[in-house]
Amino acid sequence: MAVATATPIPQIAAHSTRREESGWTSWFTTVDHKKIGILYMVTTFVFFILGGVEALLIRLQLGLANNTLVTPETYNQLFTMHGTTMIFLFVVPMMAGLANYFVPLMIGARDMAFPRLNALSYWLFLAGGIILYLSLFFSPPEGGWIATVPLSLTSYLPSGGVDAWIYLIHLTGLSSLIGAINLYVTIVHMRAPGMSWSRLPLFVWSILTFAILLIVAIPVIAAAVTMLLTDRHFGSHFYDPTTGGSPMLWQHLFWFFGHPEVYVMILPGFGMVSEILPVFARKPIFGYKAIAAATVLIAFLGLLTWVHHMFATPTPVVVLIFAMISSFLIAVPTGVKMFNWIGTLWQGSIEFKTPLLFCVGFLATFLIGGITGVFLAIFPVDWQLNDTYFVVAHLHYVLVGGSVFTIFAGIYYWFPKITGRMLSERLGKWSFWLMFVGMQVTFLIQHSLGLDGMPRRVYEYANVGHLQLYNQISTFGSWILSVGVLITVINVVRSLKIGAVAGPDPWKGNTLEWFTPSPPPANNFDVIPRVRSLEPMKDIRREIDRRTAGAAEPDPAGARQVVS
Amino acid sequence: MGRPTTTHPGRKVGRRLTLVCGLALVIAMAIAPAAMAGILLPESGAGSPNADQISSLYKITLYVALVIFIGVEGVLIYALYRFRARKGNVAAQIHGNTRLEIGWTLGAALILIVLGAVTFTKLDSIRNPPNSGPGGLALTGVDYANAGGLRPPDGKSLNILVNGQQFVWRFTYPGGKQANGLDDPYTYEKMVVPINTTVTLDIVSQDVVHSWWIPQLGGKFQAVPGYPNHTWFKISKPGIYRGQCAFICGRLHARMVAEVQAVTPAQFTTWLDGQKKAIAAANTAAAAARVSLGKKTGAASVANP
Repeated sequence: MAVATATPIPQIAAHSTRREESGWTSWFTTVDHKKIGILYMVTTFVFFILGGVEALLIRLQLGLANNTLVTPETYNQLFTMHGTTMIFLFVVPMMAGLANYFVPLMIGARDMAFPRLNALSYWLFLAGGIILYLSLFFSPPEGGWIATVPLSLTSYLPSGGVDAWIYLIHLTGLSSLIGAINLYVTIVHMRAPGMSWSRLPLFVWSILTFAILLIVAIPVIAAAVTMLLTDRHFGSHFYDPTTGGSPMLWQHLFWFFGHPEVYVMILPGFGMVSEILPVFARKPIFGYKAIAAATVLIAFLGLLTWVHHMFATPTPVVVLIFAMISSFLIAVPTGVKMFNWIGTLWQGSIEFKTPLLFCVGFLATFLIGGITGVFLAIFPVDWQLNDTYFVVAHLHYVLVGGSVFTIFAGIYYWFPKITGRMLSERLGKWSFWLMFVGMQVTFLIQHSLGLDGMPRRVYEYANVGHLQLYNQISTFGSWILSVGVLITVINVVRSLKIGAVAGPDPWKGNTLEWFTPSPPPANNFDVIPRVRSLEPMKDIRREIDRRTAGAAEPDPAGARQVVS
Repeated sequence: MGRPTTTHPGRKVGRRLTLVCGLALVIAMAIAPAAMAGILLPESGAGSPNADQISSLYKITLYVALVIFIGVEGVLIYALYRFRARKGNVAAQIHGNTRLEIGWTLGAALILIVLGAVTFTKLDSIRNPPNSGPGGLALTGVDYANAGGLRPPDGKSLNILVNGQQFVWRFTYPGGKQANGLDDPYTYEKMVVPINTTVTLDIVSQDVVHSWWIPQLGGKFQAVPGYPNHTWFKISKPGIYRGQCAFICGRLHARMVAEVQAVTPAQFTTWLDGQKKAIAAANTAAAAARVSLGKKTGAASVANP
């Protein structure tokens, strides 16, 4: 037995290989990051449609002065559900879904670090969404997505709607927290050999920052809504002013979470634009390090500015000045990114495919949202503008022009990878132009509504001045926007069956997801390539070119180029 | 459509860039008068210095914003057109330009420093109330102290308590006989004030959060229960200025309107006396009603105010 050998005895380690799951039940049992990503994306899109219908009802009610289409109660429920849905059930989880699908592929990993926790994240998110929407059959929340106190206490809103909202925050918050930790660990520990921090794709940088912001911000809102829950039902008095509680405490806790949440919603969009622009401009990203640094800086500064949501509260002027300056500071790295993106287009050879159009639409639109943000950061000006339609316009320029346009860019860019089929370019362009024009018609005029004195969250307004005309323009625009979204839905459903076959790398991408077949197999990569630059696929294509010495097929793995 | 080789491409681009920026500036100047039409400007015009100063701060920001907007959109549109994919157009494989990047970072920072500096120059005149003007109400002991409130340099202002409640505003004026202020005259929804007089407001709420806002009289100030808030205005033009609650306060938030009627000091004094008498008469009538109701129902306690 105890025979000493000079060389170790070779061992055969047998691993059982998991058979790839199939059939409809696999969607419930899957721990594959790609399937979970698809679950996220499809579910969030359904919530996007629901939130959109709520928005259309809001716009219909406001289409006429003194309209009586919906009751004040229903109106308050509509805007509460709309805001809550779009933020907690669409933008944030959609970004999580895209990250789920593409972060492991882009960093050359075979799955997320914790696949089972990943599945848990999704199912917690779904449970949160279902609880919120079940309240439709009872009494939906009506305190705004900010669930302001004391209004949200039982003395003023005794119904269970606010409780459903609290549980939504708990469940989606837990989902985001688990997901964020998962993404963080995945990015830090599972990058392909050679992928140093300076070769990390910018989308992955943005998701890393997204994850850190969620890890910092989510516990605060989780605590805040728990205190609201105990105030409502278990006799505590954190927020009730009649028993020594503080409504200001709620505003501080909520916005300490709420402002980083804004960057949670927009930074992944920035990341997608930073990936997509270079591919279609056929040019490397301009100023990679500046963009990565700006992402991290925006996130850090984003943690210091929450008081700019509270400029009208009784707060010492010195605190307001601090919030103004920190908000100004954020404008600098944001501006730097904008210039870098234009620098990426400059001297490129720009191919106007739908993903690029959505990115350019984002640049043109987000600029307005960024500029109006500077107005709102100047607190005396904000005293006039806050809580009016000017703010509604600003936040939609940032969230529709920013998050939604970049999400659509991502959908058009990555759909071929996810499904193996191309989306129709013709429908894509129709969708883009209708959404772009619809967006401007809906929201540009809302700046004027706010300047004319129309507060937000009002179910009716008097027919004075141009209020009715401006509102009608906005309502008209909302329908154009909706048709644009609908065309993409049709495009997706149609292309699943009849779209042109994409091949592994239809756009000649830069990042590793294009190294896999479309759709990628369960294990993603049979061989994980060594990364030698920021654009590993360019290296791989060049290497194949060199080895085949200009042979007939220059694309990796025999990619079929599809003209669409 | 190849690139002309006679001129240096960089210089050509530079010239075009100058052209685009120049054009942007011209368009910005051209749009400025249209902006005056009101579609791009906040409300002011009551002659209240705080609202006027906010409006002028807004205008300065707007001009800077228009130049940036037109400049950046101009460069973007130019780049999209000039560098579209076509035959002979080869993408330049450049990764960045450190000097250019440092330049635009400093440029963006500089613009914000200027805007911040302009804000600081105007802050005092927006936040702190001035003395009443010559044609204002003679303030002799009308003012009653409220710690933490805003006061003009001479300490004399007409101080009105603004109390938000679902879904109406209540305004309490100084001028009652009792020291505790319990018989101070009050109104709901409509506030009457004298012109050329500094009016300071203590804003409170007795239930949920509301937000006081008359657009032409300056910014919004939240009425947070337990946290008195303060603002002021000084109207020079008589008239009626309308506004409404600006923070979601419940189902009838949209119905929580307010108006400020500015009248001459003499009219104000007359009105305030009339209001005091009307309230006294109403109180007397209510007391009489209680007595008769008490007699009718036999519940004597009701008659005891």
